[in-house]
Amino acid sequence: MARRLINCVVNGDETDFLCEDGDSLLDSLRNEVGLTGVKEGCGTGDCGACSVLLNGRVTCSCLVFSPEADGATITTVEGLADGDHLHPLQECFLEGAALQCGICTPGFLVAAKALLDANPNPTESEVRYGLAGNLCRCTGYDKIVRAVLEAAAQMREANV
Amino acid sequence: MTIADDPATTLPGYKWVGTRPIRPDGFDKVTGRARFGADLTLAGMLEGAVLRSPHAHARIVSIDTTKALALPGVKAIVTGADFPEPAGNPTDQDMCRNAMAREKVLYEGHVVAAVAATSKRIARKALDAIEVQYEVLPHVMTVDEAMAPGAVLLHDGMITKGMDPAPTEPSNVASRVVYQRGELDKGFADADVIVERTFTTKPVHQGYIEPHAAVADTTPDGRSTVWCSSQGHFAMRAYSAKVLGWDPSRLKVIPAEIGGGFGGKTTIYLEPLAVRLSQKAGRPVRMVMDRDEVFMATGPASASKVTIKMGANKAGEITAAELWMAYEAGAYPGSAIGAGSMTALAPYNIPHFIIEGFDVVVNKPRVYSYRAPGAPQSAFAVESVVDELAHKLGIDPIDFRLQNAVEEGMQAPYGPKYQKIGFKETLEAIKHHPHYSAPLGPNQGRGVAAGFWFNAGMNSSAVVHINEDGNATVVTGSPDIGGSRASMALMAAEELGIDYNRVRPVVADTEQVGFNDVTGGSRVTLATGAAVVDACRKVIADLRARAAKTWDVPVEQVEWVDGQAQHVDGSQPPLSLAAIAKGWARTGGPISAAATLNARGVGAGFSTQLVDVEVDPETGHTSVVRYTTAQDAGRAIHPSYVEGQLQGGVVQGIGWALNEEYIYNADGKMDNPSFLDYRIPVASDLPMIDAVIVEVPNPGHPYGVRGVGEVGIVPPLAAVANAVAAATHRRFTDLPLSPPRVLDGILNGTEES
Repeated sequence: MARRLINCVVNGDETDFLCEDGDSLLDSLRNEVGLTGVKEGCGTGDCGACSVLLNGRVTCSCLVFSPEADGATITTVEGLADGDHLHPLQECFLEGAALQCGICTPGFLVAAKALLDANPNPTESEVRYGLAGNLCRCTGYDKIVRAVLEAAAQMREANV
Repeated sequence: MTIADDPATTLPGYKWVGTRPIRPDGFDKVTGRARFGADLTLAGMLEGAVLRSPHAHARIVSIDTTKALALPGVKAIVTGADFPEPAGNPTDQDMCRNAMAREKVLYEGHVVAAVAATSKRIARKALDAIEVQYEVLPHVMTVDEAMAPGAVLLHDGMITKGMDPAPTEPSNVASRVVYQRGELDKGFADADVIVERTFTTKPVHQGYIEPHAAVADTTPDGRSTVWCSSQGHFAMRAYSAKVLGWDPSRLKVIPAEIGGGFGGKTTIYLEPLAVRLSQKAGRPVRMVMDRDEVFMATGPASASKVTIKMGANKAGEITAAELWMAYEAGAYPGSAIGAGSMTALAPYNIPHFIIEGFDVVVNKPRVYSYRAPGAPQSAFAVESVVDELAHKLGIDPIDFRLQNAVEEGMQAPYGPKYQKIGFKETLEAIKHHPHYSAPLGPNQGRGVAAGFWFNAGMNSSAVVHINEDGNATVVTGSPDIGGSRASMALMAAEELGIDYNRVRPVVADTEQVGFNDVTGGSRVTLATGAAVVDACRKVIADLRARAAKTWDVPVEQVEWVDGQAQHVDGSQPPLSLAAIAKGWARTGGPISAAATLNARGVGAGFSTQLVDVEVDPETGHTSVVRYTTAQDAGRAIHPSYVEGQLQGGVVQGIGWALNEEYIYNADGKMDNPSFLDYRIPVASDLPMIDAVIVEVPNPGHPYGVRGVGEVGIVPPLAAVANAVAAATHRRFTDLPLSPPRVLDGILNGTEES
């Protein structure tokens, strides 16, 4: 099958990759672009481990065909830090022990970034519903929710 | 509470133990750098896929791979014919047959063949081209069906073990266990109140978010390197070798980061298939399960049926208990019926009891360990009935438990006497928590339950190297599933007297460190931690000797204090670890020490939990509105990760109680093998989980550690059910408490006072 060339911006860099029409963006990011921080937990859009920002919107990359990403701007977990400065969410996940095994963490960080981009001052309930598309089996979510609330507070303070 | 309100606390006498530093592997895990099972790519690597049985029970008549092998891009196919006749003990033989079916398939999802091809798409196409002829057999799906007279047999020659006399006819009952004490009739005669009920639970999956994954690279010298995510790469080596018919040392297993296990990644599935495919193809092979494969062919935890009769007198003493328990083993013997039986009554001092348990095979995936394996099912029955007895006697449920609680010196139902334990302390912690006296709203109910888990010791190895800059590398072979690298580094920093950030913990492969049993049984911080402490103490002995040599004094005059050698009378300027390291060429060369142990001194774990639920009388939907758990950690090395274990166990238990179940259709096929239809709790289902760490130090560990990973999942099933009972005035005995079941109980059940 002829492969198709896709051009997009991934984590700020012009990026191109080849794909077949049936490939998922998840597989292309992992296998063609080499961004294995994007995780596959289910392949059916139920766990959120493969969450990326697709044109700013949090998306399960397993549910997107790679050709749909042509011309898109994509952010993965690898693009959250600014050089060696971690994003406040990353800092707060570390400080707050908001990960155990860490497999769901990339998806949570991306989803949380989307949440805080849209709502810089969420309530606990808004954080819980905002992250309800991401499954974590280790933490019971307690420390994840606290870390996101703490990051939101730090980011608001930094923007004052 | 925000993180800022919860500062690091330092225990008296310790500088590092009990603090909350950032875990050493944390940066890799928040930036996407950490490499999990599916993340490795090797040059020339093929992708594998597995052909699985579509039938719950069938005889394999023939397998024809000719057409599949002829497809362009298909490089190797393996079937049962590519593996040696299963050898070893019966459990080993079963493991071999579970990894690759031979004569029969015993459940939907049982492995029939595997393919390696140049892409996953081609591998899947090849699966469709493999022609398998089956003779479909009738199936049995529950313990009731499997134990019925005349039931279809999964294993023709299986004679129940543990019966006296042994049965003459085969059955689906693999074994029977019995634990008993006293005279049951007398115990029930002494009772003023007796409750008798039957409880059931469905199979539930461990639900780790990372599907099983393995990469194997088999070389022409007959050796293979396997990279996989598991709870123990030494076990993966041993088990894979059995399936392959190899000596374990022909395999090198490199631990990838593991994306959750909860007991389900303590055995092999893909590893030996990948090795054999790689051997046949002469290229590396990667195999990654899809989520439906994870559900259909790995885990789960046993479904259970428990009939319990328990009596108590008006003074509040439990006088007798009788339990009949049957656990589904899945396709091969090996449910946790033993542990379920031993733990069932372990929290209570009961003079007269009998526990009879049965391990029963059914046409479902072979069950595997799930966090305190076997204990949640029996505790659901026991703690529900304990709650009901307290209610009938008009005694506060915590006071009732306190009155009957085991303590140091009492004999456990399974034999040994308890050492120092903290069960009563967890009960008191809940009793005095503000949650216990907080007002409840309309349609809300409050439930309490307790739980016990043994915790494990087992074998561990550790090596501590001092680097030329005076920093330390701590090498173990225990995969880090939830922060154990941090615990190892904290204990090493405490021992060596150096900064936590100067200790680098490493999880090494099977050729770089001595043997380690799996990360399971809540054992790593206890056992591998003790090995690390031992190795550090050997290093310190060496450091003191080197300082003594430098100063030309007897070693007895040298102490190790705050990371430096000091002369007892202060007559020498102290020598820091860095200074000794810098001069090691003059004092005997590089500094390292190894320690190995089979850990004794395991401290039993107890948990008491308190939950408020709100039940919608219109829909039967249950919301958890407040949850508090108190657990004896012995001593929390890194309190944040201890809290995380407590919280995670609770939430898995909430899922078990309210939502999770395998649903099978009439053909014995799973109807819900996806996270959409097998619904684990999400953030919006839950409140914060208030984790109260109780510390009754375990005298068997240098820092008082008890395992903390497992016991947290034991109480929630009954705690939630007790809360639902309080909210609805109906007793529910079958899990999960899904809305239709609860609504049916509200509409049609018997109201209780």
